[in-house]
Amino acid sequence: MSKITYIDSSGNSKTIDVANGLSVMEGAIQNNIPGIDADCGGGMACATCHVYVKEEWLNKLDKPEDAEQDMIDMAFEPKKNSRLSCQLIVSDKLDGLIVTTPSKQT
Amino acid sequence: MIKTDVVIVGAGPVGLFTVHQLGIKGLKAEVIDNLDKAGGQCIELYPDKPIYDIPAIPECTGKELTENLLKQIKPFKTNFHLNDRVQEVSNENNNWVVKTNKNKVFSAPNIIIAGGVGSFEPRKISLKESEKYEGKNIFYSVSDKNKFKGKKVVIFGGGDSALDWTLELSKISNVTLIHRRDEFRGAPYTLNKIKKLEKAGKLQVKTKYQISSIEGDVNIKSITIKNDEEKTIKIDTDYVLGFFGLIMQLGPIAEWGLNMNKKTISVNTENFQTNKKGIFAIGDICSYPGKERLILSGFHEAALASVECFKRARPNEKYRFQFTTSSKEIQERLGRKPK
Ligand SMILES: Cc1cc2nc3c(=O)[nH]c(=O)nc-3n(C[C@H](O)[C@H](O)[C@H](O)COP(=O)(O)OP(=O)(O)OC[C@H]3O[C@@H](n4cnc5c(N)ncnc54)[C@H](O)[C@@H]3O)c2cc1C
Ligand code: FES
Repeated sequence: MSKITYIDSSGNSKTIDVANGLSVMEGAIQNNIPGIDADCGGGMACATCHVYVKEEWLNKLDKPEDAEQDMIDMAFEPKKNSRLSCQLIVSDKLDGLIVTTPSKQT
Repeated sequence: MIKTDVVIVGAGPVGLFTVHQLGIKGLKAEVIDNLDKAGGQCIELYPDKPIYDIPAIPECTGKELTENLLKQIKPFKTNFHLNDRVQEVSNENNNWVVKTNKNKVFSAPNIIIAGGVGSFEPRKISLKESEKYEGKNIFYSVSDKNKFKGKKVVIFGGGDSALDWTLELSKISNVTLIHRRDEFRGAPYTLNKIKKLEKAGKLQVKTKYQISSIEGDVNIKSITIKNDEEKTIKIDTDYVLGFFGLIMQLGPIAEWGLNMNKKTISVNTENFQTNKKGIFAIGDICSYPGKERLILSGFHEAALASVECFKRARPNEKYRFQFTTSSKEIQERLGRKPK
C-alpha cells in the first residue's frame, strides 16, 4: 500500500491507500475520486486520466514514454508537469505522491 | 422509416459480432455509427497494434480483427449507416423508434447499444469563447481547403493531421503551426519539409506555446498564445484549425432514460437488457458486477442479448438453441451448403 493524494481543481484533497501494482488512475476510479474519467480504461489512448504531478515529485517518477507524451498533447490544458495517471504504477517509491486533477478532462 | 428486427448503435467489434449472432438466428439488423468506418476503438485508436487475447486467434491487429469480423458477417448483407449519430429514442406502439442526426428514422422491437464509451468526436479548444467561432472561423477538420485560399490560418497540433494540413495549406495560405512542445508525433518526413519551408520564410512554426485567448467580434481577428514562462504572443488570423485528436462523448445516450452508472449503462447479466424492455447494452458501455472491458466479454454479451431479441421480434416462434456445426438452418443463413 502507498498513500496517494488526489487534489481536485478547487483544492479539495483526498488521500487514499492504493495497493502497489495498481495505477494511480485505478486508485482513483476504485475509490470514486472525481476528476479522472479514464475513458479508454488505461490503454493510453484517451488522455482523460490526465493529472498534474506536484513539482517535487516530477523528477522522482520514471520519465514518460514518447507515446505518453504524444497522448498528453491531446489532454485538456497540458502543462510541464502533466502525466497520464494510468501510466503511473503505484509502488513504495510513489508513497506520498500528490497529483492534482484538471478542471475537466474533455 | 426503416423497419427492422434490431437497431444496433455502434459498429465497434461488439456491434459487428452482434450482427452475426442475430443473423444466425434469422434476425435482421441495421447498424449506425458516428465514424466513417466500422471497427470502433480497434480501428480508430489502435489499427496496427496487435491484440493477443481473442480466443483462438494468437495475434491480430485492430484492423485485422475488424476486417475478419466484417468478413464473418458478410452473408447477412447488413446495412451500415456510417457518419451518422443516433440522437433520439422513443416508444411508439410497443416498438422503439430511433432517430439519427441526419434525420434517418428506424423502427424495431429491439435496440442494442454497443456504443463503447460513446461516439468519437474531435477534441476542441478549451476556451469558452471558441464556441461562437466554431464552424465559422474555427474548424477541427477540413472539408474544403479553398476556403483558406489567400487567408491567414493558425494550425494547432503535433500529429499527422496538423503536419499534413500545415504543408498542404502553406501552398495557398499564410500558415502558422503551433504546438505545445518541441517534439512532434507526426511523420518526421513531413516535419522536415515543414522545417525547410520555415527556414525559407514560407510558413511560421511556434513550439512550446498554447492558446490562451481569442480576440474578435463577429469573426476572429487574432489569437493570443502563451508559453510556460507566461510569455504571450498575439497572432492576427482569419482561421484556426485544431487537431487535438478524438475524445469519446457519451452524448445523447445519457438522455434516453436508462439507468446509468457513471458513463456506463446498468444491465442484468441474463440477457443484457437495460431498465427498458427491448433496449440492450453490451460491450464497453454496459456495466454489471465483475464487468471487464474486453472484446471477448462483449462477444459473450452479444450472444445472450440476441436470444432475448429473438423472443421479442418473433413472439410466435419458439427459440431453439442450435450449433452452427449441425444446424442446416444456420448454414443456409450463412450461405453454406449443409454438409
Ligand atoms: C489502446 C487500446 C488497446 C486495447 N487492447 C485490447 C486488447 O488487447 N484486448 C481486448 O479485449 N480489448 C482491448 N481494448 C479494449 C477494446 O478495444 C474495447 O473493449 C472494444 O473496442 C469495445 O468494443 P465496443 O464495440 O463495445 O465499443 P467501441 O469499440 O468503443 O465502439 C463503439 C462505437 O459506437 C459508436 N457510437 C457510440 N455512440 C454512438 C451514437 N450515439 N451514435 C452512433 N454511433 C455511436 C462509436 O463511434 C464507436 O465506433 C483496447 C483498447 C484500447 C484503447
Ligand atoms: S485511461 Fe486513457 S489514457 Fe489513461
